[in-house]
Amino acid sequence: MTGPETTSKEPEKMSSAPEQSEQEAAPDLSAMGERRQGHGIKVKDLHAYYGSVHAVKGVSIDFPANEVTALIGPSGSGKSTVVRCINRMHEEIPGGRSEGSVTLDEIDVYSPDVDITAVRRMIGMVFQKPNPFPTMSIFDNVAAGLRLTGTKTDNLRERVHRALRAVGLWGEVKNRLNSPGIGLSGGQQQRLCIARAVAVEPEVILMDEPASALDPISTLKVEELIDELKNRYTIAIVTHNMQQAARVAKSTVFMLDGEVVEHAETTKLFTNPSDERTERYVTGKFG
Amino acid sequence: MSATSGSTLLPRTSGGRKRKDRIMRGLMMAATGLALVPLILIIYYLLYKGLSSWGRSGFFTTDPNGNFFGNPGGIRSAILGTLEIVALATIIAIPVGIAVALWLTEYGKDAWFANVVRYFVDVMTGVPSIVFGLFIYISLVISHVGGSGFAGWKGSLALALLMLPIVIRSSEVVLLLVPATLREAALALGAPRWRIIWKVVLPTARSGLVTGSLLSIARGMGETAPLLFTVSVAFGLTGNLNSIMNSLPMQIFGDITSPRDAVVARAWGAALTLVALVLILNLIARAVSRRSRLT
Amino acid sequence: MAASATPVTGGRSGLERSPVSRLPDQVLQAGLTTLAVLILLLIGYFFIRLIGESTKALNTFGLSFIFGNDWDVSRNIFHGAPLVVGTLITSVIALLIGVPVAVATALYLTELCPRRARAPLGMLVDLLAAVPSVVYGLWGVFVLGPKLEPVEKWFANTFSFIPWIGGGGDSITPGNYFIAGLILAIMILPIVSAIAREVLATVPPENKEGALALGATRWEMIRMTVLPYARPGITGGAMLGLGRAIGETIAVVLTIGNAPTIGKHLFDQGYTLAAVIANEFGEAANQPLHASALFAAGLVLFVLTLLVNILARWFVRRGTRGLRAPEPEDDGGGSVSGVAALGAAS
Repeated sequence: MTGPETTSKEPEKMSSAPEQSEQEAAPDLSAMGERRQGHGIKVKDLHAYYGSVHAVKGVSIDFPANEVTALIGPSGSGKSTVVRCINRMHEEIPGGRSEGSVTLDEIDVYSPDVDITAVRRMIGMVFQKPNPFPTMSIFDNVAAGLRLTGTKTDNLRERVHRALRAVGLWGEVKNRLNSPGIGLSGGQQQRLCIARAVAVEPEVILMDEPASALDPISTLKVEELIDELKNRYTIAIVTHNMQQAARVAKSTVFMLDGEVVEHAETTKLFTNPSDERTERYVTGKFG
Repeated sequence: MSATSGSTLLPRTSGGRKRKDRIMRGLMMAATGLALVPLILIIYYLLYKGLSSWGRSGFFTTDPNGNFFGNPGGIRSAILGTLEIVALATIIAIPVGIAVALWLTEYGKDAWFANVVRYFVDVMTGVPSIVFGLFIYISLVISHVGGSGFAGWKGSLALALLMLPIVIRSSEVVLLLVPATLREAALALGAPRWRIIWKVVLPTARSGLVTGSLLSIARGMGETAPLLFTVSVAFGLTGNLNSIMNSLPMQIFGDITSPRDAVVARAWGAALTLVALVLILNLIARAVSRRSRLT
Repeated sequence: MAASATPVTGGRSGLERSPVSRLPDQVLQAGLTTLAVLILLLIGYFFIRLIGESTKALNTFGLSFIFGNDWDVSRNIFHGAPLVVGTLITSVIALLIGVPVAVATALYLTELCPRRARAPLGMLVDLLAAVPSVVYGLWGVFVLGPKLEPVEKWFANTFSFIPWIGGGGDSITPGNYFIAGLILAIMILPIVSAIAREVLATVPPENKEGALALGATRWEMIRMTVLPYARPGITGGAMLGLGRAIGETIAVVLTIGNAPTIGKHLFDQGYTLAAVIANEFGEAANQPLHASALFAAGLVLFVLTLLVNILARWFVRRGTRGLRAPEPEDDGGGSVSGVAALGAAS
């Protein structure tokens, strides 16, 4: 996706006005380019600690490329922590420590010669609470990651617009790109944050309960978006909401007390779990 | 920079960005070091020059004598004068300050008048101490209120004015921390408000109130400018707060301009004493606040 | 045990408290309110008295009390521009040196420094505020001034081509604008740093995480999220520091040289509003016009610091309250049973 590429492959930008608005409302991932074969993530024997608390105890999970993998489990089961270990955000928490291996295309993100900022650039993250930068405009929020790597101005605008189209926010914000990002509704803010993550074209997108702070309609939009995003990215989503896991994820991991209880195709995990604890959880007997 | 595939998947963070990060971190750390340099230097010189004065015989037990030759005398009257003036200032400022804070939290709350008071108290913390000195000078010293012009108690008033906003603000903060449930529990038992304040609110907030008070005392103790206009300076020891008195800050201020080395040395000794007193108050305040039940 | 059945006796309803028992409450409330009112009245009274004492000088000199450049005690002429200019120069030096160091210190303490070192280091910086101003003056007169004098001379002579800063190197004395400004910088450092730390602590951690998750370095995270968010509060803190610098008396009177002229260079002797009051107050006692001029200087100082403080409060308030993202409504979410989830999946 380098700079002055010809517009031939680009979908229409501002040309055909009338039907545009309808298309703009829906996530249009083709704005980011064709479907792309991505890279999976392999988590192996991961341990994570908060001070002396052993929160994740030897977890191994494969996140296949171009698939959505959901992590479910009761509060405190360590599912968020696992996800935060993948892009090494866990160690930003005071007392947070982790060991084990997380490989992205043969690169261990925990190897000492790996650059942590590069890791986070390749592995985007969307948080539970929408967190657009409050001092920045809508445009600047999406551009924030691109600016870090010194993307040039003309190219920058192009990529910001593309990212906004990709998350289906373009139609709603194209006339107020310079107004503050926190002026948007909660659902729009979250899609803005997804646009921010997508704009830098990562390999993987981690989502830590991305819809838990949203109303049902916004949730639906975000879920539709996730479904689109998997065409280009590997996605790991933590969720409290089993319906959501069932709707968006191809496979689902059930975690309990810092351990993986079961990892299976989503339909199998919900209809025919092999572990009794999984069954009790998915049928609502506990959690 | 397009991420395609293969072993070059991980983009390299540019050397420039990393260098900038390192430089800025280094600068911030250096600034912190730099900020501590004056503190270290001041403490070093205070100890280096002040301790030898402390060691001189009679330093704490004699008064300055004003002689042009020989032993210039010690700082007994200055220490005791400071203690007297500050004690009276404390007696005035602390109860009044806590009372106003109580009014703000228990009665005033968010009424417009309470906010006006709060605002002025805030602004008062920024009024230079010399202005408080001028206030008292104009209203009490010129007109010889109480029979004399300069007097210790007028200095106490000036210091009290200075300490008041500090006491009010710090007290209000801790009083607000008293859990509403405690108050409500007492109210539910049918206790009148004044009893709740006396038996529940004040005791619960006690250590916080003490901390704020001690810090305000420490602040008042080191002030020179208000005393310059209200107490003036004297050599001898006196317990009479209605006369001019000696005090540590005024003693130091006067001694600095002296051409005599022995007098300047006394200034260092007095400064070390003053800083020691202020630091002790600060440390006690911190210790008390650490034991506080409210956080 | 027998008490459990005690009936409420007497004519009054048991729910009503007697007027007598309510009296202390009313007295307390009235007393405390009076006290608060009295304090406001007292400040107002002082202010009016200060204006009253200043009128003689203000009537005599008019606007040239502030803008005229001639402060001569022997001729009884009090045009205070040298004082105003000196106050501004020293305060600006204090801000230029003190604020960057204070903010950098605050950033280091809140964002970079190892957790265990935070509290002790913060306490050490705070200790600077505990040193009395007369001690700063003492140190400035006998240590800082003399030690920096050769450096200042070298600097002034080497950079003599820079206007305001260079030149006049040979006439440099230990007391001058720069030394006074430097001492003021040290004195305002703890307060600016303390407020900056307070403001920095309000930066929402989720914003910082957002920046880090985008692949920002620590410094980029600070520049992207922390500094813009904290800017109004830090500005307010700097202005509170400015207020301190403008009003500081004793440390300045000892280190500025007390020359009632507008200096031509950074290292020239000068005067400030506060310093002139403290220094000439003794000799002015029996000179009504001189005394009135000093009170007028006090009035200017008071009004100046008042304005600076009001502005500072406004900034600090905006800084700690503003910019908070509207809370998205919290929706618990996950209380759906697996069976329902299945329904949705198929």
